[in-house]
Order: sequence, then structure tokens, then C-alpha cells
Amino acid sequence: MTDTVAARNLAPLREGYKYGFVSDIESESAPPGLNEDTVRFIAAKKHEPQWLLDWRLESFRKWQTMESPHWAKLRIAPIDYQAATYYSAPKRQNAPTSLDEVDPELLKTYEKLGIPLNERAVLAGVAVDAVFDSVSVATTFKKTLGKLGIVFCSFGEAVREHPELVRKYLGSVVPQGDNFYAALNAAVFSDGSFAYIPPGVRCPMELSTYFRINAAKSGQFERTLLVADKGAYVSYLEGCTAPQRDENQLHAAVVELIALEDSEIKYSTVQNWYPGDAEGKGGIYNFVTKRGACRGARAKISWTQVETGSAITWKYPSCILEGDDSVGEFYSVAITNNFQQADTGTKMLHLGRNTRSTIISKGISAGKGQNTYRGLVRIQPKAENARNYTQCDSLLIGDKCGAHTVPYIEARNPTARVEHEATTSKISDEQMFYCQQRGLSTEDALSLIVNGFCKEVLKELPMEFAVEAQKLLAVSLEGSVG
Amino acid sequence: MLEIKNLHARISDGREILKGVDLAVKAGEVHAIMGPNGSGKSTLAGVLSGKPGYEVTAGQVLYQGSDLLAIAADERAREGVFLAFQYPVEIPGVNNMYFLRAALNAVRKQRGESAMDAGQFLKAVRAKLKLLEIGEDLLQRGVNVGFSGGEKKRNEIFQMAMLEPKLAILDETDSGLDIDALQTVARGINALRGPERAIVMITHYQRLLNHVVPDRVHVLSGGKIAKSGGKELALELEQTGYGAYGDAA
Repeated sequence: MTDTVAARNLAPLREGYKYGFVSDIESESAPPGLNEDTVRFIAAKKHEPQWLLDWRLESFRKWQTMESPHWAKLRIAPIDYQAATYYSAPKRQNAPTSLDEVDPELLKTYEKLGIPLNERAVLAGVAVDAVFDSVSVATTFKKTLGKLGIVFCSFGEAVREHPELVRKYLGSVVPQGDNFYAALNAAVFSDGSFAYIPPGVRCPMELSTYFRINAAKSGQFERTLLVADKGAYVSYLEGCTAPQRDENQLHAAVVELIALEDSEIKYSTVQNWYPGDAEGKGGIYNFVTKRGACRGARAKISWTQVETGSAITWKYPSCILEGDDSVGEFYSVAITNNFQQADTGTKMLHLGRNTRSTIISKGISAGKGQNTYRGLVRIQPKAENARNYTQCDSLLIGDKCGAHTVPYIEARNPTARVEHEATTSKISDEQMFYCQQRGLSTEDALSLIVNGFCKEVLKELPMEFAVEAQKLLAVSLEGSVG
Repeated sequence: MLEIKNLHARISDGREILKGVDLAVKAGEVHAIMGPNGSGKSTLAGVLSGKPGYEVTAGQVLYQGSDLLAIAADERAREGVFLAFQYPVEIPGVNNMYFLRAALNAVRKQRGESAMDAGQFLKAVRAKLKLLEIGEDLLQRGVNVGFSGGEKKRNEIFQMAMLEPKLAILDETDSGLDIDALQTVARGINALRGPERAIVMITHYQRLLNHVVPDRVHVLSGGKIAKSGGKELALELEQTGYGAYGDAA
């Protein structure tokens, strides 16, 4: 009986993807295919300096010698990299200097997403460097930030305006040949965001970027570089939605964080890309390399992610704890429903003394979703008194999904203290009935139970993001019980 | 308020547990349903509240004159049917207070009342907490997580006091309670007695009925009401046991 109840409960989960529409904006795209000319085309389009073109070409040559990783617990249909388009930008040539100059179609698109850029930015005190496809179209609050010496702009602009900073840090955390997808990104990255917080400055607002994949068949290759100088603090928000498509879309972003002495970077992501339909058709392939380096003593990097979208998620936001007493944190909620697959986790590399790391991972599987936590904690020989605490919890909804936990622990210093806890539980019919008997609808009951399960992670998100994330969890699981 | 006519129900393995239950409970009344283990007491509570796993094969249940069995469990709850669970369920990470407020606002919405804000809610909560001798710390914990047996049962009655149902079904609320907790729970139940509300207490023992005196007592045995009477029937049962009512199965 329990099984049939669970199965019946699983039926009505589909509200459909709310943001599945395609904006009618003419794209100026590179011809499909990938070779050195493609790389040169992108660099030329973006008027990039020679050093960056050389860097791209070097990356491309490395990429050609590499193979896509196959150790993750993911079933991926072969990807034809020559069939994809590697550059696509809204047609307008001159970068707009204010919202008035932004293509009205673009603004409408943001509105459908519930992101009226002008209002939202003002009301929420958030500076938005919005990436539409590959080129930044609007940047707000720049002046306020500028007074404090904070640089927050598109990657392309940073290359032009602050080449010394970009050259110093680009590829310093995620080297060009780090992995297949990172190398691909280094060769063909289109745009992204850059932020630099000068010494001792506390960034007064949450920095925020909305990414959105739009043009058909265009891969999306963002590159984000964030530097917190000595004693600086910054909280960065990244949120994503994508329109509905039948073809799988490739996304391979790279995010590099550098935290110098006594600085802190808080990086929060809510990822809601199109996960494919209920039959497993379509959806985004999300292969992301995110890594932060605590380069000085007492530096802190904290990753928080809520991953609800994408057909396939391959993502391991990591921390390299070089400075003594530096701190790394990873808080994650990953949901897989229908045919979604996620292989996600983190790496905490302890190099300095008294370094500490915390990993809290919450995986939720529904439908036929497969969810894997994969994490590495490595304590190097010089990392005296390093400590790690890891907690991995999995929640199953229904009986056709899967949860897997793959922790790797390498302790090369006898003073290390590494703790790992893992649980797997299932939403029981009793829990659902208890909530329903108190008057809660099936959806509300599910949302309540799931949010309770994720609480330790959600509380790490900035307030407005946390509210959004809670709603998203509910939407992502709609119909998984009923 | 509640009218059960010739109710037959079976469980998932096909066994028929209820074999023609007839029962009528009027608003303002408190009824006790007693019976040996396996007589169908919990099945009756489950069928009335819409718990999955039961199939009604014959008969009818009218609640305020309309077909109760036709609506889903959550709708029954919002219409004023409350079940105090024999084994309250744990929901980790969900704050007890948050849960209760969500439930209360769902019920209030159905009644056409506005949602309670945090301030009003807290005020209402404090009054009831005192009645049931529940510490405020209990509210900040996960729903039923780490509660003692007595705390769970008191929490059920506390929820009932907050939700103010029209029909309350208490499934073995007295089991596992020590005498002090029993009195506290009984006080909570008595406080809810009123002309607009019907209460059905399912219990194995007579002792709760010393504190919550029922208007009617029924003996459920072999899936049917075998005997009905006044409060003295409970005392009689305490003396003679259920043996006189035949095989429980």
C-alpha cells in the first residue's frame, strides 16, 4: 500500500517550466564549430588585447589534448562540440550606458522573470550586472561602488579598464588546463563578471548577477573573477533561469575567487535552469568549475548553492585553504526530479595551519532523479590542527530515484580532525498524512517538509534569496507527491 | 454532527476490519469508543480522517450532513475534522510553531477568517500553552522531534486547542501517559467541550474517562458497535473486561 500511495503521489508534479519562452532578439552568432578561428573570432568581436587572445589559444590547445571526465555518476549523451555555437550576442554594437539604451525586448524578458532591473535594483539595494546571453547589457550602482574603490563590471570591461588586475588573477585559481570544461571555457569564454574589493572595504550591498541562456544552440561560457583584497568583505549572489528548449544546451562556466588576508567572500547561487521535461527531454547541461583560494591568513570563503535546475549538474565549488587559520564553507541543496542528474559536492584542500572547513550537503531526489554528493577533504602534511566537519543528508521522494554519497578523505597530517556524518531518509506517507490532517495541502506539506530538511543551508542565504529559494524548492518538486 | 451508517472498510491486504459500524454523534457530545485490541478502533479513526491505506467497501459517513468520505484528508481537516494521533509523527527541521501557524492559517482561510500575524498568533499560543503545561521551548523544536511520549500527546491536544475543530477524534491519547500528564491532557480536552463541538475518544482503558466524563460509551468489537450505553458502561467494562463481547477479530 505504501508503494502505491507513493506512486500515486508522484503523478501531478508538473506545472511546467514557468520561464520557458524565447525572446525575439536578433543574435549575431559565430558560425557553429570550434577551432582556432572560432577563438580568434570571439577575441576580435570583443576587441581583446593580444595577451588575452594568446591565453585563449593556449587554453584551446590544451583542451584539444583533453577528454571529458567520466568519473562522475552521470549518464551523458555524447556532446558534439563542433555542432555548438560559441558566441552569440544581442545585435546592438555599442554598449549601453544606461537602462534607456537597453533593448526594450531585453528588459521585457527580465520582467517576465520577475527581475525589473531598474526597480529591483533600487528597492533591494542590489547592484546588478546582468548577463544576457554573452554580453553584459546593464550595470547599476556602479557609482556608489566606485566611490569606495570597488570595481564591479562585466569581464570584458574589466579586461579593458583593469587589465593589471585581470592579468594578475585570471587562471590563478582555476588554471587553463585544470579540467576539460575549464579549458573549454578558457578558450571560448564570452563574458561574465568581475569584482574587486579594495583593502579594508566592506561592500555595502549584495553584488548580484543574473545569467540567462537565450539564443538557440549557443553554449554559454561565463567567467567570473572575484578578488577580495586584505580585510575586505563581499557577498555575491548569482541566480539563473533559462527558456525552454528541446536541444540540450551546454553550459561550462568558471568562477574564481581570491580572498587575501583577513578578507571574506560569500558566494551564493540559486540555479534554476531548464531541467528538461518530465520525459527527460531537453534541459541544460551544467558543467561548472568553481573554486576559491584563501591566499592569506584568516581569509574565509563560503559557498552556498541551491541547485534545482539543469538536466545534468556537474559542479564542485571548492576552497584552497592556503593561509593559516583560513576557513572554507560549503552549503548545498541539490534537487533532482523527473530525469535530472546531479553529481555535485566540494573539495576542501587544507594547506595552512589551523585551517577549518565545514560541508553541509542536502540532496533531494524525486521522480527518477539521481543525486550524488561527491566531496574531497584533503589535509596536507603542513596543515597542523586542520579540522573538517562534513554532513551529507539525502532525502528520497518516491521509490524510483537515487541518492549516492561519495566522500574522499585524505589526511596527511596526524593532528587532523575530520568528521563525516551521512543520513538518508525518505518522506514518509505518515509525515504527509500528518501535515494533511492538520489542513495543509499536499504541495504545502511537501514544501514544508523539504524546507525543514534544507533549513541549515537556506539560513546561509541572504534574506531575499532565501525566500526565493524556498519557493523554488516547492516549484521544483511540484507533483512529486499528490 | 457525525453520522456513520453501516460502515465497512478493509485494509490493503484485503482483510475487512470494519463490518458495519453505526454511530451518531451530536454537536456538544463526548463519545467514548472502547474495545479490545484489534477491534477496529484505529481503523475507524483512520477512515474518518482520510488516512491512506483503507478502502471503504460499503456504508456512509455524513459530517454536518454531507458525505465526508468524498473529500480528501486535508480538506476534511480544513472543514474542522481533527485527529489526535496515537503516534504523532516527527518532521525534522520544521519548527513546531511554524507548523502550527501554517496549519492554523489553512484552517482559518477555510473558515473565511484572515490569516493570523505573528503577534496575534503568539498571544493565542501563550494562553493555550499554560493550559497544557507546555514550555515555550517546545515550540521552537522540530515537530515532535525528540519529544517524550507525554510531550507528544500534550502537543496533539495543544494543536487541537489552537485549531478549534468541530469534530475531534482522539486516538488512544491516554496511552503512555503518567497520571499527571493524563490529568493535564484531560484538562485540555475538557476545556474544549462545548455546544458546537463533538469529541470522539478512542481508548482501551477506562481511566481517561474518569477525567473526561463521556455522554455516551460504545463498545467496538469485531468491527461493529456491540453495545452502547451511558458513562456507567465504561465502569462495567473495567470490571468485566471485553470477554463478554466475543472474539475481537
